[in-house]
Amino acid sequence: MIRLRLAVALAGVFCASLAVAQATDPRRSGYLEMGPALQKMQDDDTANPAMLFVQAGAATWAEKVGTAGKSCADCHGDAAVSMRGVAARYPAVTPPLDRPVDLGRRINLCRTTHQQAPALEAEGNDLLALSAFVTLQSRGLPIAPPEDSKLAAMQAQGADLYKRRQGQLNLSCASCHDDNAGRKLAGATIPQAHPTGYPIYRLEWQALGSLKRRLRNCLVGMRAEPWEEGAAEYLALEAYLMDRARGMPLDAPGVRP
Amino acid sequence: MNSSRRLFLAGAAGVTLLPFAAEAISEGLAAAIREVTGGAELRTGKVTLDIPPLVENGNTVPMTVIVESPMTPDDYVKAVHVFNEKNPQPQVFSAWLSPGNGKAAVGTRIKLADTQKVVAVAETSTGEFWAVSAEVIVTIAACVEDII
Amino acid sequence: MANVLVNAPKTAKKGDTVEIKALIMHPMETGFRPGANGRIIPRNIVEEFSATWNGREVFRMKMSPAIAANPFVSFFTAATESGTIVLRWSGDEGFVAEHRIAITVT
Repeated sequence: MIRLRLAVALAGVFCASLAVAQATDPRRSGYLEMGPALQKMQDDDTANPAMLFVQAGAATWAEKVGTAGKSCADCHGDAAVSMRGVAARYPAVTPPLDRPVDLGRRINLCRTTHQQAPALEAEGNDLLALSAFVTLQSRGLPIAPPEDSKLAAMQAQGADLYKRRQGQLNLSCASCHDDNAGRKLAGATIPQAHPTGYPIYRLEWQALGSLKRRLRNCLVGMRAEPWEEGAAEYLALEAYLMDRARGMPLDAPGVRP
Repeated sequence: MNSSRRLFLAGAAGVTLLPFAAEAISEGLAAAIREVTGGAELRTGKVTLDIPPLVENGNTVPMTVIVESPMTPDDYVKAVHVFNEKNPQPQVFSAWLSPGNGKAAVGTRIKLADTQKVVAVAETSTGEFWAVSAEVIVTIAACVEDII
Repeated sequence: MANVLVNAPKTAKKGDTVEIKALIMHPMETGFRPGANGRIIPRNIVEEFSATWNGREVFRMKMSPAIAANPFVSFFTAATESGTIVLRWSGDEGFVAEHRIAITVT
């Protein structure tokens, strides 16, 4: 709860810094495309429904699990210190693997290796909640993917995917989010597709969801076949989108329509 | 916040608060309202409905009902009722208050299936019913979604 | 245990009007939506929310399926005496949740 209160206090500072950053950068977080009512819902940590999940994630952080009987906190201590900036760097190459993984996979590596506990279900509420709690510790910090040749290769693959036309409507990500960003698609403003708020509480889902879920929704919208669960394409696209949003402040956990 | 400032803000946000006109609502909605009023006259005024005029997703629409009232034992708002026109059921919520609330304001988030009228009715301890309605435009997401 | 997020002051001056905001995790399934198999998902909502201050009811709300998922409620109440505010949610499928807030009134 102390952390939540601190987060409330920081929210005001964060909003001010976001405004300054946005003044000189043509890139816009999807936050700015929302009406005042939804912005207010995100800004108030006691009213943002995503904070219910953050609270659950905070409990998981402190819970001793697995045959090692360890909690996240037993190794990492105070998340406000140890997790600061972490979510802003992912996807990243992480030991013991020699290839980039996303934040959820990194958390599950901790579960299976250090805590000796079963991995949390991919995109399940427990993993989303813990991811949201970890991501909150980077709120207001600039997105900063590390310099790494393996990650760079993945970002390049993602950039290709982003521009590749696919599906029955023959659209690419860029067709909407570069060529027509800021314009209207029916009643909705097309955002520039910067992953600043994930995991997001999306009103359409009435739940917290990952960037991967959003990408799957986009593919369905394009009348393209979504990639299989765990496909490398999602990770590549996520790596590219984070690189494309480099320097933009994280505003997670976001509320989006 | 005083009421003139509130009304100004409501106006600035583009919410059109309409005087309540009984003839302009559907029979289902009228019947639901009659159930709480017992057919008493609905007066216009005193109630403000703070709701976005343009809703980006009807699954979660923030709204607040604010009623001008001294909230004294002699004159207070007993209940606030909110109704809608086009959801499967007209009732949204009823909230019961007492002079001990100090201020008659209730906020929540609602679902709106479509562009429609939302009506707020305040019931006072003196037996009066005050009402206001707002037209809310609910936009439909441009991109289809998978079910899960 | 239900996941509840409440915002209320810890202290208040006697006679002050304080705002209480409460969020609870709940699907608020309307009973009108078909699921993936085409069958209607049964209704599962919070029907009633109430607040008591040292046992005295200060607010009550009857909810319908039109209340959004993870329901949010805000209301005001005048600070009378130090004690405990109990927020209570109840609904379909035997759902009950309580949250207690200690408040000091000076």
